[in-house]
Amino acid sequence: MAVITKQDRKNIKDAMLDSNPVTLQVLGICSALAVTVQLKTALVMCLALTAVLALSNVVISIIRNHIPDSIRVIVQLSVIATLVILADQLLKAYMFDVSKQLSVFVGLIITNCIVMGRAEAFAMANGPLPSFWDGLGNGLGYSAVLILIAVPRELFGSGTLLGYKIIPQAFYDMGYVDCGMMVLAPSALFLIGGIIWVQRFFSGYTEEA
Amino acid sequence: MEHYLSLAVKTIFVENILLAYFLGMCTFLACSKKIETAVGLGFAVIFVLTITCPLNWAITHFFLSEGAMGAWTGIESLKTIDLSFLTFIAYIATIATMVQIVEMILEKFMPALYSSLGVFLPLIAVNCAILGGSLFMEQRAYAFGEAVVFGLGSGIGWALAIVALAAIRTKLQYSNVPKPLRGLGITFMVTGLMAMGFMCFAGISL
Repeated sequence: MAVITKQDRKNIKDAMLDSNPVTLQVLGICSALAVTVQLKTALVMCLALTAVLALSNVVISIIRNHIPDSIRVIVQLSVIATLVILADQLLKAYMFDVSKQLSVFVGLIITNCIVMGRAEAFAMANGPLPSFWDGLGNGLGYSAVLILIAVPRELFGSGTLLGYKIIPQAFYDMGYVDCGMMVLAPSALFLIGGIIWVQRFFSGYTEEA
Repeated sequence: MEHYLSLAVKTIFVENILLAYFLGMCTFLACSKKIETAVGLGFAVIFVLTITCPLNWAITHFFLSEGAMGAWTGIESLKTIDLSFLTFIAYIATIATMVQIVEMILEKFMPALYSSLGVFLPLIAVNCAILGGSLFMEQRAYAFGEAVVFGLGSGIGWALAIVALAAIRTKLQYSNVPKPLRGLGITFMVTGLMAMGFMCFAGISL
């Protein structure tokens, strides 16, 4: 058996583009918006979420035949919560500054709908290996959106990327001012709205509302 | 008293849990098409938040934080135990239980509301606003009274925002929105404008 089959590859690609968890399935938006003021926190968040998502998919997929249907939500939640606790402790140990900035949002991975949604929709019905790739694909799809939002927010909001000055001092001398709005909450909502607009313009997907 | 009032105003308007911290966004976007559903969900969230915040406060201060168990049982060996790494799992268990109870109560006494909320009621268990409320409460080290007010205020703020958005979306059905922007896209932008509106409360202190 191949480690990664054609179907798995297709699943990963789909999760990143055509059925992106954030822009099309409307899952996991809360954290996508709150941690994107700086690229660094966004990257750490992506890493933590992708790891938790892939591992929780594997674990739930392994025990899927032993979970009674009536209590499956609480079983899934405890698996996810355990993994998130691990991620949180690791972040506190090795990246204390970032962990402080992310504050409650690491804990909120537990209630991130992507993790629950994939556990329920994919891991409960598939073997461990496809579930792992599915988790990875969805994690990457989420990361792609997060990075797309974080880059303009940090670049235009504070003129830096990953903490390095990108916009030269000469611009500031000529009267360029950082866009203070990008640091504030509403800009993330406008950006994600714009991303959805562009994506749906090209994919041709529309919804009646 | 004044302190609680100012905290309530702060959590409802200035630091609205939805528009300033983006918590509970998924349910907010998915359930705001009709005003009735939005109102029902708003009340469910207020109810669950008001109960879980103080409950989780009690769990933190009597069981989880360092030496908490030793302090009220008086057992010497428990005084060195620090269970704070269990915070997440304890909170989520409390919340899941509370949501289950609310679901049963609604099914029994308000069947119409129960069926209109449908799948979204169990989803409150994974609503970030509920867990986020408890986590913020723990992080900001609120006292018990503050935790009650904070839970209630966050719930009211969330309900206010979702009802307002549902009203806007009802109106929006008659406007000519570009096709790819319809639905999710325009809802995000409207939410962004609402967040800007709520920002003008910043700086108000009682």
